[in-house]
Amino acid sequence: MNADMLRVKGVSKSFGGIKAVDNCNLNVERKSIVGLIGPNGAGKSTLFEIITGFEQPDAGEVFFRNENVVGLPSFKIARQGLVRTFQIPQALNKMTVLENMMLGPQLQRGEKIWNVLLRWPQVKKEERAVREKALSVLDFFDLLPMADEYAGALSGGQKKLLSLARTLMTDPEMLLLDEPFAGVNPTLSKKLIGHIHELKEEGITFLIIEHGIPYIMELSDTVYVLNKGEIMTSGEPGDVISDRCVLEAYLGDTDAQGG
Amino acid sequence: MIDYLVTILLIAGIYAIFALGLNLEWGFTGLLNFGHVGFMAVGAYTTVLLSMNNGVPLLLSVLAGMVLAGLLGAFLGIPTLKLRADYLAIVTIGFSEILRYLLLNEEWLTNGPIGLCGFPRPFQDLVPIQSYNLFFLVVVLSVLVIIYSGIELLIRSPWGRVLKSIRENEEIATSLGKHVFSYKVQSLALGSMIAALAGSLLAFYLQYINPRNFMPIETFYAWIIVVLGGSGNNKGVLLGAVLFWGFFSGSRFAQEYLPLSPTQVGSMRVMFIGLMLIILMMFRPQGILGKKEELSLER
Repeated sequence: MNADMLRVKGVSKSFGGIKAVDNCNLNVERKSIVGLIGPNGAGKSTLFEIITGFEQPDAGEVFFRNENVVGLPSFKIARQGLVRTFQIPQALNKMTVLENMMLGPQLQRGEKIWNVLLRWPQVKKEERAVREKALSVLDFFDLLPMADEYAGALSGGQKKLLSLARTLMTDPEMLLLDEPFAGVNPTLSKKLIGHIHELKEEGITFLIIEHGIPYIMELSDTVYVLNKGEIMTSGEPGDVISDRCVLEAYLGDTDAQGG
Repeated sequence: MIDYLVTILLIAGIYAIFALGLNLEWGFTGLLNFGHVGFMAVGAYTTVLLSMNNGVPLLLSVLAGMVLAGLLGAFLGIPTLKLRADYLAIVTIGFSEILRYLLLNEEWLTNGPIGLCGFPRPFQDLVPIQSYNLFFLVVVLSVLVIIYSGIELLIRSPWGRVLKSIRENEEIATSLGKHVFSYKVQSLALGSMIAALAGSLLAFYLQYINPRNFMPIETFYAWIIVVLGGSGNNKGVLLGAVLFWGFFSGSRFAQEYLPLSPTQVGSMRVMFIGLMLIILMMFRPQGILGKKEELSLER
């Protein structure tokens, strides 16, 4: 049917009198990286919330692998392999970094209370495998030395890395990253770009919200520009960035250029 | 003196079980249950009524009380656990009071304010009455060990990891595909079952139950025990239960040295517990065995 991993069709959402997202259409091809940019308050995060089921749209459809996911509870959407991160670096602060990671895998045997009480050996065996995987992913993100620290003790940038690493534990098909570079220092950001490219090679599809234009230029195959709830333009990053309208939209809100 | 110690340990053991249930809900899942005592009452009354009037074997009557409390916990949780945390607090405290008034007024079943007595106790025919308390202490401590180990096993399992993630941040848990609501219901139901078990033991210990045993203050005794020992720390709950009942019973001796009436000493005792909690919160807000680091890790 359709090679697109994600198709957003005619999605709208209002909060009171404000149209946060207005008739948005957006396609993400399988194994591609799509950037979503736009000034503050353009509706990027709301669109994310709708795609992942954390908000319900007033109108429109969201197809993930050709299946409409609007109306599904968000945890079920996540189980299908469409997993998000949050804009504010969110870690489970009072759990260790390793525990944060081990929470990731979906439908673990030991997450059922009966299995814990009656099938402990199997649970333990699975737990060992999850632990191994968590350690290797932490190693990939250079977080291995922090494995036994409380996640709350990490820096903001490290928390961003951790939340990306944690989503990988779910074996996602597609990741939605909300400002993965905000608050991350340039060295770490460079690494992160490398990681995202590697993950794309491994077959993961990305939709990324980001204010930092250079990062988006470097990462994306396609860029969508959202302004005042509407998709203003889309295309290859080079073309989009040189678009006058886009520059104006951003210049109207100079704060947005940081990142 | 030994008898006195046995009594304190008995009541501390029963309340440790009771508070372990609350700790599962609050300490590990973040659920605000202000009506924990209601489930204790369900356990006590179900066990007594079944075994006394209908000759149901004791073990079965205890299990029946636990199952009923678990179902009631789930029943209360289903409409409220999708809402903000404080709604559960309101609904549970309402439930425990409604239940208490039912117990007071449905005299045909519960014998109203007079309560029930003369019901069977486990192995009462085999153990001589003089040493029954000592025997029952062994029973209570064995149950405590089983419940403690069971909860420890659960919270160290992937199941417990999901609970802790819900306590920390529901959105993250959801974003990772965890069915947050279902886990909250499970936690509340299991915590309620444990409260019911404590209620059955309390009935056996007291040999006489009436609605006054299940005043809202009992819930807050459990809260004091949990906060004293350190929320989310099961060892702390054990320590908290011993300290709390040690002080509570020990302060009775203060009577001899104070120019106060028994009622006044009773009030003094509660005031002093309040004062101790305030001092604890000032100098050791994480509780006696709680981890200090965890407090400094708020977002």
